[in-house]
Amino acid sequence: MIPAAFDYVAPTSVEEAVRALAEGGEDAKVLAGGQSLIPVLRMRLAAPTLLVDLSGLTELTGVHDEGDSLLIGAMTRHYEVQRDHLVREHARLLCLATDTVADPQIRHRGTFGGALAHADPAGDLPAPALALDAVMVCAGPHGTREVPAAEFFVDYFTTALAPDELLTHVRVPKLPGWGAHYEKFNRVAQAWSIVAVAAAVEVSGGVIAQARVGLTNMGPTPVRARGVEEALVGQPATAEAITTAATRAAEGTDPTTDGNADAEYRAHLARVLTERAVTAAVGA
Amino acid sequence: MTVEVGKARRRKEDARLITGAARWTDNIRLAGMLHMALVRSPVAHARITSVDVTAAVRMPGVLAVFTGRDLAEEQGSLPCAWPITEDMLAPPAPAVAVDEVNFAGEVVAVVVARSAAEAHDALEAVDVDYDELPVVLDLEAAVAEGADLVHPDLGSNKSATWVYDSAEAGAGGDVEQAIAEAEVVVARTFRQQRLIPAFMEPRSVVVDPTPDAVTMWSSTQIPHILRWMLAATVGVPEHKLRVIAPDVGGGFGGKLQVTPEEVIALVVARRLGKPVKWTETRTESMLSAHHGRDQVQKVVVTAKRDGTVTGMRVELLADMGAYLRLVAPGVPILGAFMYNAIYKFPAYKFICHNVFTNKTPTDAYRGAGRPEATFAVERIMDELAAELGMDPMELRRKNWINHDEFPFDTVAGLTYDSGNYEAATARAVELFGYEALRREQNDRRANGDPVQLGIGISTYTEMCGLAPSRVLGALRYAAGGWEHAAIRMLPTGKVELITGTSPHGQGHETAWSQIVADRLGVPFEDVEVLHGDTQVAPRGMDTYGSRSLAVGGTAIVLAAEKVLAKARTVAAHLMECAPDDVDFSAGTFSVRGTSTTMSLGDVVVAAHVAHDLPEGVEPGLDSDAAFDPDNFSFPHGTHLCATEVDTRTGRVTIRKYVCVDDVGKVVNPLIVEGQVHGGLAQGIAQALFEEAVHDEGGTLTTATFADYLLPSAADLPHFVTDRTETPAESNPLGVKGVGEAGTIASTPAVVNAVVDAVRHMGVDDVQMPCTPMRVWKALQAVGGGA
Repeated sequence: MIPAAFDYVAPTSVEEAVRALAEGGEDAKVLAGGQSLIPVLRMRLAAPTLLVDLSGLTELTGVHDEGDSLLIGAMTRHYEVQRDHLVREHARLLCLATDTVADPQIRHRGTFGGALAHADPAGDLPAPALALDAVMVCAGPHGTREVPAAEFFVDYFTTALAPDELLTHVRVPKLPGWGAHYEKFNRVAQAWSIVAVAAAVEVSGGVIAQARVGLTNMGPTPVRARGVEEALVGQPATAEAITTAATRAAEGTDPTTDGNADAEYRAHLARVLTERAVTAAVGA
Repeated sequence: MTVEVGKARRRKEDARLITGAARWTDNIRLAGMLHMALVRSPVAHARITSVDVTAAVRMPGVLAVFTGRDLAEEQGSLPCAWPITEDMLAPPAPAVAVDEVNFAGEVVAVVVARSAAEAHDALEAVDVDYDELPVVLDLEAAVAEGADLVHPDLGSNKSATWVYDSAEAGAGGDVEQAIAEAEVVVARTFRQQRLIPAFMEPRSVVVDPTPDAVTMWSSTQIPHILRWMLAATVGVPEHKLRVIAPDVGGGFGGKLQVTPEEVIALVVARRLGKPVKWTETRTESMLSAHHGRDQVQKVVVTAKRDGTVTGMRVELLADMGAYLRLVAPGVPILGAFMYNAIYKFPAYKFICHNVFTNKTPTDAYRGAGRPEATFAVERIMDELAAELGMDPMELRRKNWINHDEFPFDTVAGLTYDSGNYEAATARAVELFGYEALRREQNDRRANGDPVQLGIGISTYTEMCGLAPSRVLGALRYAAGGWEHAAIRMLPTGKVELITGTSPHGQGHETAWSQIVADRLGVPFEDVEVLHGDTQVAPRGMDTYGSRSLAVGGTAIVLAAEKVLAKARTVAAHLMECAPDDVDFSAGTFSVRGTSTTMSLGDVVVAAHVAHDLPEGVEPGLDSDAAFDPDNFSFPHGTHLCATEVDTRTGRVTIRKYVCVDDVGKVVNPLIVEGQVHGGLAQGIAQALFEEAVHDEGGTLTTATFADYLLPSAADLPHFVTDRTETPAESNPLGVKGVGEAGTIASTPAVVNAVVDAVRHMGVDDVQMPCTPMRVWKALQAVGGGA
């Protein structure tokens, strides 16, 4: 488990990091917490010639209150997200999903931005980010741009980030008074999701006013269960309404078949887990 | 006398293990040491048409690259010590493939470099051309007419067929007659999936070839057997070879092996005249270290309508993988003696076909043959109970050997010395709350609860204390089953205990010290246990098969008795009385009926200085002893598992797990508890999580822990454990062994519980591991589930 040789730089500013990426070209890779990259390097599944280590970029850590939204630094570690009172209060879905990521050791190394930029379809943070309509703040040689989550996740392990761009922050709109739940299904505690469902629901006067449902590992990218959302809005927050809406969870998805689950079973799980996630979110 | 034995002492070895002060093989650094990395075949079956090393030898730091052809003369063939039949087919097993590869992961070339990183960098520069051959993967297809052959030269994929028939052995009746006359016949086919031992410390070996002798450090369970086998196969004279097993981080049978890598390191180090180290990567380990289980078990059980079992026939296909490793052919045979389990049915036949496939070779893995047998018999007892409409516990009670029937000659030809199945079961049932859980199960069934409850029973026994040498001889095993111990009394009264057992996580240093402390009346802290080095502990048969305490512990008792016998002679001489008048208690000799005493410490000094010894008594107070058991030991117990099965997702959750084990007398309850917990985790893992999977080309697709699922504490329930204590009759300590019990017993308990939860919906089996998808599909197939 010895990686192939690579060059290493540890920039101290975003500008420096972007420059290093640009100079490194296609074979440069960003090292955030190493949650996914280090195993890939050690198994020699990738052999980048340059690693740009962001761990010195303290400007990319922490959670900031920006009024209607939170600004979360890309280098904020999972365990910081889990414990952050702003996130817990205004974007609880992120805390709940982060609680399920891997194990404590990894949550102390892995980063919020790294998990999003890695865009693993089985990763637990992209679907909640999508459900929350998060906005990705990306820095490149020509300045920064903002990419909505819906446009950020492009394909398996592929995002809208250019090779010389860096995800620096994530803007997450606050959802005051919403209930949330992340229902993860996997076989052992530290494993990736076979399927998971991120749900955020606003209930007003016993009626579901707004609903957001994101699906993990139901296709090459996280997907919104728009059919479920449509079916929920305006319905009473009852078990029956939720069950009916959840039957639409697999609509428009493209789940894969692997050693843990085939596509048929994943579609079934999406429906069952959506029912459970929405039920829990409504009750929360 | 038992001050220490029975005490829940924390383990001596743990301070160094948990503070990182242990000395693993990979910690060894010798001056001028080179590093080895191995090119492994990506294909499962192919002729090697060329191996081009020219680019690799030019890589930075690389000193040499060897192909199989380069090493063919010196490497010999890896040893198989268990030719189970006279006509067993055994292919040559080169450490480095010469002309063809037979499994993905087989070594095809060896790179030696100044650093491990440089050696690994050069692997990709070795260019190997393969001419692919048909791949044999499925056991049933492998033995079908016209099957492609793994080793065409052998003419068959069947290595051997081994049969036991109770009628022929004179131990019971004819099973065919039992089947013909049976009121009820239940037949099932079970599959033991292939498992990966997954020890924590990857394998590692260092070889130091000096002009005078060769020293090998290896992460092995078997330094003594390894030395013998290497001398026999590679041609290093045995007296010029020292093997050391330093701290070893687990094995589970996976390091009961003479590995290709040990042979390669030895041959290459001698060729280069320099120390060489090799440490595997995790994926390398999963690909190439031997695997376990992998059997197809066709089981037929016959019974009367009242539940009396009348016979059992077992026919196995056992996957050997591509080659026959050290004890692999005998692994399923160990199971032959266990299919009758705790039951007294009168007719039994066991047929085992050992089969070659293009997969990683298999060999011993925790339990080795007995878990497979226990699984099949405990599963089919549940199926029989269902067929008869009986409570599965009642069926077991009706058929087991009662405590007053011991010693009991079994239909498989063994004699069980002791046991009390009634007591262990009664305690387990009480702790479990059996009746209340059955009521809850009925309620959930009646209410159509989406989460159903199942109760699984496993009333197991197993054979430990491997093994009486005459039995091993009769089974054509190449070695004996005895164990050796030596005691050296040092002049200051401290004690060195030398043991032939080779611990790799079991806590022998602690438990052996407890035994010696009691026997000699010395403080626990004054005993140093020496092991795992053929120069320090010159004789031994090492550690596997839950043998170390029952066999090795008894050797220690014998060695202590020899020390005391001599010390008594010396003490009597110095106290001027007859040896028969001397008593010994708690470290002190006393002359019976007087107040004259002498401490063992004083006797040790007297024996050491030898100023005044009785006529004909040699100086010093040391002893050597070896013990060869007359019989195996037979731990038993009752495991009860309650599972909740979510019929909507297929997820299985263990709600309650109770085990009451009878491992005889206990030396250290804390160590026993640890063995039980670890064993349960591994057995439950077979039931629910672990499976080595190959794709259609024979590539292992579960070669990392992301794909090969080991449970962590978070995935396991709280274990309720207890013990009954029925001493073994076969050794003076009354001990039976506990290394494998949890693994053997728990797998069928869990699967029985899974099936029991959904049996009323029409499911009568779920293939292991019982993944959520498999359970859900089983329900879908019978129109159940949601």
